[in-house]
Amino acid sequence: MSYTLSVNGRFHDVDEDGETPLLWVLRDSLSLTGTKYGCGAAQCGACTVHLDGRPARSCSIAVRAAVSAQIVTIEGMDGAEAVALRDAWVKHDVPQCGFCQSGQIMSAIALLRNIKQPTDQDIDLAMSGNLCRCATYTRIRAAIHDAAAKLGTST
Amino acid sequence: MTRHPSKKGRWRHRVKIAFASIFGMIFVAAAAGLGYALYPRTMPQTQMIEDRLQPAELDRLRQVSDFDEIADPTVRSVALFEEAGRVIEHPRCMNCHPRTDRPTQTEAMRPHTPWVTRGADGRGAPTLRCSTCHQAENFEASGVPGNAKWRLAPIEMAWQGKTLGDICRQLLDPARSHMTREELLHHMAQDELVGWAWHPGANRRPAPGTQEAFGSLIKAWLDTGAACP
Amino acid sequence: MIGGALVVGYAATNPMQAIGAILQGGGDDPEPSAFGPFIRITDDGWVTIVNKQQELGQGIHAGLAAIVAEELDADWNKVRVVDARSNFRAYGVQMTAGSNSIASNWDLMRNAGAAARTMFVEAAAARWGMQSSGVVVRDGVLSHPGSNRTATFAELLADASRQTPPQTPVLKRRQDYRLVGTDRVRRKDSLAKSTGTQIYTQDIQRPDLLVAMVAHSPRFGGKLLRFDASDALKVKGVSHVFAIETGVAVLAETTFAAKRGRDALRIEWDDNEAEMRSSPDLVAYFHDIAAGRTDVEPGSFQSTGQSPEAPFDGDVVEFAFDFPYLAHAPMETLDCVAKVDGWDVAITSGAHLATVDQVQAALTARTVPGRVDIEVIPAGGSFGRRGAMSSDYLVECVRIAKRVEGRSVKLIWSREDDMRSGYFRPMSHHRVWVQVGSDGFPERWRFHSVCQNLLPLAPNFTATEGIADSPNLSTAATVDGKIFTPAFPVIVGFWRSVGNSHTAMVMEHVVDQLARRAGKDPVSYRRFLYQKAGDTRRLAVLDELCARAGWDTPLEAGWARGLAIHQAFGTIVGQVAEVRLLDGRPIVRRVVAVVDCGIAVAPDQIAAQIEGSIGFGLSAALYGAVTLKEGLVQETNFDRYPVLRMNEMPAVETYIVASDNKPTGMGEPGVAPIAPAVANAILALSGTPTQRLPLLNSAMNAGFSIGS
Repeated sequence: MSYTLSVNGRFHDVDEDGETPLLWVLRDSLSLTGTKYGCGAAQCGACTVHLDGRPARSCSIAVRAAVSAQIVTIEGMDGAEAVALRDAWVKHDVPQCGFCQSGQIMSAIALLRNIKQPTDQDIDLAMSGNLCRCATYTRIRAAIHDAAAKLGTST
Repeated sequence: MTRHPSKKGRWRHRVKIAFASIFGMIFVAAAAGLGYALYPRTMPQTQMIEDRLQPAELDRLRQVSDFDEIADPTVRSVALFEEAGRVIEHPRCMNCHPRTDRPTQTEAMRPHTPWVTRGADGRGAPTLRCSTCHQAENFEASGVPGNAKWRLAPIEMAWQGKTLGDICRQLLDPARSHMTREELLHHMAQDELVGWAWHPGANRRPAPGTQEAFGSLIKAWLDTGAACP
Repeated sequence: MIGGALVVGYAATNPMQAIGAILQGGGDDPEPSAFGPFIRITDDGWVTIVNKQQELGQGIHAGLAAIVAEELDADWNKVRVVDARSNFRAYGVQMTAGSNSIASNWDLMRNAGAAARTMFVEAAAARWGMQSSGVVVRDGVLSHPGSNRTATFAELLADASRQTPPQTPVLKRRQDYRLVGTDRVRRKDSLAKSTGTQIYTQDIQRPDLLVAMVAHSPRFGGKLLRFDASDALKVKGVSHVFAIETGVAVLAETTFAAKRGRDALRIEWDDNEAEMRSSPDLVAYFHDIAAGRTDVEPGSFQSTGQSPEAPFDGDVVEFAFDFPYLAHAPMETLDCVAKVDGWDVAITSGAHLATVDQVQAALTARTVPGRVDIEVIPAGGSFGRRGAMSSDYLVECVRIAKRVEGRSVKLIWSREDDMRSGYFRPMSHHRVWVQVGSDGFPERWRFHSVCQNLLPLAPNFTATEGIADSPNLSTAATVDGKIFTPAFPVIVGFWRSVGNSHTAMVMEHVVDQLARRAGKDPVSYRRFLYQKAGDTRRLAVLDELCARAGWDTPLEAGWARGLAIHQAFGTIVGQVAEVRLLDGRPIVRRVVAVVDCGIAVAPDQIAAQIEGSIGFGLSAALYGAVTLKEGLVQETNFDRYPVLRMNEMPAVETYIVASDNKPTGMGEPGVAPIAPAVANAILALSGTPTQRLPLLNSAMNAGFSIGS
C-alpha cells in the first residue's frame, strides 16, 4: 500500500505493507539512518523519534498508524533545546560507541521542552527508557543539566 | 626487587601465549578451510514441510447457569464473584492495577521495565508517556501491547496485594471505584481496555473465558446482591 | 632447495614482512604517503592520522592520534582521524583486543610522529640554511627563535615530503609533552555521534544491496535437518532463500521483508549433538566437577610450596562462588556488509580483529587474504563480541555474499539472534580453601576452578587470570591451583575484562571475608598483604583510594563502603562503592575509582572508560545472567536481560595515579572491581557474604532500585 508520511517537515510517499514498523520505513526507504535498531521491542529507545512533538519508539508503530503525525527524526531536529543539547553532548564528550545517542538526544529534547530546569529525578524519569550499554549515563546527566543552564541564561 | 619484573614477565608471557594461540588458530583455520575447499558440502534444499498446529489451550469461565444449583442467593453471589475473580486476579488485569505508581508486566508481574510512573492522568509522566511505546492497538512486529485507552487504574483501585474480598468491597465503594454499579458493569462487560485482556497479543496468555462471559458473571453477581467473599 | 632456504631465512629474520607478504599477497597497498602509513598531511594544513585499531566506543582513535600528534607537534585542532582498512603490510597486526591498543602501539605511534616531525625540521633547516637543532615545532608551525623565521606544515609540505624518513627518530622527553596526558585530548567523533550522522554497519545502503537474515539453530550444536521456503518466498521483497552452514538465509530488498520472510520459514533441526541441558543441570555438573566426581581432569595453574596437594589442617575456611553466562548485548547487533566478485571480497564492518577477519573471509570465499579488503568502521559497541576469532558473523555474511556473487549483502542479526548466538562470558564455579595462620593471614590456598576454555589451542589461563597473579597468593607459602576445563557445545568467548570478570570477585570478596574473620579493617588487611608482596603500585592505589573515598570518615546510618582492587591487562583499578540495602536490594549511589595505567594518554577518556566500565560491571553484578532451559537461551532481549538504566547509575569519580611507566589498557580493567566492591559493602552492611552473581537473581527484580 502507498502511504504519505510527514517526516522532518516534508511529505514522502512510501509503498509499504501497513504493518511495517515506522523504524524500517525511515531507515530503509527514506535513508534516515540516524534512528537506530537496537532491540525491536521498545526496550532500548535507540529508535526514538518525535510524533507530534512527543517521543515515540519507531520500532513499535506501524507505518499506517503514523500517517497522520508530524514525524521528526534526529536528522530534522532543530530549535534551542536541540542545539543546546548537541553542544553539551560534544562539550562533555558524552558518546562512546554512540549508537544509542540519537535516541538519548531525542528523549532529552522532549525533556527540556517539558521541564526547563530538570532535577536529577526528572532526568531519571525521562531518560530511563533509553539504554546505553557503554553506560555514558553520568555524562548524559551532566550534559542535560549543562544544556538546561545554558537555555536558562540565554532566555 | 626480584618479584616485580618476574610478575611483569609472567604477564607478558601470557600475552605471548594469547597471540601465539591466535596465530595458531589462524593457521589451523587455514588448514580446515583448505579441507573445506576440497570437499564442498551439499546444503539441504527447500522441501515441503507440513504446518503443525499447536493445540490451543482453552481456559473457560463457568457459565452463570452453572451456579443455578446454589440455592442461597448470597452464597451464589459470592460464588459468581469468585469465578469472575479468576479474571480480576489474572496478570492481564492486575498489572494495570498496581499498588505503587509503577505498573507491573508479564505473567510474573514484575515491575515494568523501563521505569515508568503513572503521572497525573494515569498515562505516564509528561516526559515518558505510556504512548511512547504503547499505541492504539497491539503491534505484532514488536510484540508491544496497545489499546486506545491504555492507562493505569487510579491508585484508589489498586488491586495488587489485596484479597479478592477486599477487591470486591473496593469495587462496590463509589468513593474508591469512582463508578456506579451500572458504570462498573459497563467497565467490566463493555470497556475495550478491559477487553484487551482477552486479546493481549504476542505470546501473552489471555484472561480466562471471554469478556462476554465475564460480563455475564458480573451482571449475575450484581443481580444476586453483589455479595463479597 | 636453496630458494626455499632463502625464503625461510628471510621469514625468520623479517617475520612481520613475511606475514605481510602472505596476508597481502595479490592485494594493493593503501595510497602511499611520504610520512608513512599513519600520517597524511595536506596543503590546507590538516593532519590526517590513520587509526589502525577499531573504534568501538573506547576512544582509541583519539588516543592513538594524540600520541602521533604529540611527537609530530601537530595542532590538535587541525588533526582528523580516519580508520585504516585491513592491511597487514601497511599497519601490522590489526587486532583490537586485551585492552592492548595503546600499550602495543605506543612505540609505533611515537616513532611515526617523531619521524614526520624530523622530516619537517630537516626541511626547515635546509630552507633557512641553518642547523636543525635550532628549529622549534609547536602546533604545526616550525620556527627559529633566533631569526624570527616561521613556516607552517603546509608551507614546508613539499620539502618535507622529499626528506628521507629517519629509521630511529629522536623521541620527546616525557616532561616536554603538551598534549598527551592532558584534557585537551578529546574525541573526534562526538559531533557525528550526537547528530545521527555517524555511519555504522547497520546504516550502509547501496543500490545493489540485499538485506540478509539467517535462521540459526535455537540450540548450541543443533544442525539444519530440512526446511520449507515456500511461504518465505511469498513475502513481498524476498528474493532468495537458501541453506548455509549456520542455518537458512533469507535475502530481501528491505530489512523488514527479510525478517518477515524468516518468520515464515518452516525448519526442522537435528538436535542429536545439541546441548539439551538447563542451567541448574550445568551448575550441578560444575559442582560435581570441582568435587572430582566426574571424568574432567584438572590442570594446575599454580603450584607453589613443598607439598601443595597435601591436606590442609588447622584453621581452614572454605568459599564457593557461582557465576552465570553473560551476553555482551552491544547496542548495535552483529552485522556486516560484504560483496564477493570473483577473487575479490569487499567487506564493510565494525571488524574487531581485522587481521583475523581478513584471513577467515578469504578462507570462506576461497580466495587469498590479499584480495580481501575490509573497510573497518566504528561499531555500536562490542565488549568482545566482535572479537570472536572464528569471525562468525562476518564469515556468515561472506558465505551468503558468495552465493549471490556481484551483489552487496548486508547481514543483520536481530537482538534475539545476537543474544542467542553465544560467545558468552563462560559460566564458572570456584571453590577456594584457605588455611589461615594465627595472625589471621592466609598460609595456604587451594583452588578448584571450573570454566570452559576460550582458547582451544592454549591452556585455560583466561579462567584464572586475576587469581594466579594476585599478591594474595604470592605472600602465601603454599598454593595449589587447579583448573577443570569441561567441554560442551555452548560457545564461550571474550567478554569485557575476560576472566577478571569473575576472578576479581573471587579474590577480592574472599579477602574481605578473611579480614572480617581476623577482626581487621579490609584496608589495613590489604595493606599488610601488599607490603609483604612488595607491591608498591597496589599500595599507591590503595592509599589514594582511601584518601579520595574518605574511607575513614563515617557514612550515614544504613550506608556502607566496599572496596576492591584488581589488576587486569597491566592496569590496576581500585574502587570504593557506597551502598545501602533497600528491601534486600543493593543501591549504589557513588563509586570512587583510582587507576594506575602507566602514562595516562587521554585522561578524560580514561575517566569515560571507568564510568562506562562501572555501569557495565554493575549491570552484570546486579542482573546479568544468560540461562538455558533444555538448551534454549531464555534471555533474548532487554526485558529478560536487564542492563543498567539511567536511574540506577551511580555517580563516579575517577583519579589517576601519576606514573612514568609505559601506558597500559583502559577499555576493560574498570569492569572487574565493581562486583566485589558492592559485595564487600553488602558484607559490611549485613554480614552476609555473596556466593553467586547476579545479586538480584532474576528479571523479576529488574530496575527495582528505583526512586531511591
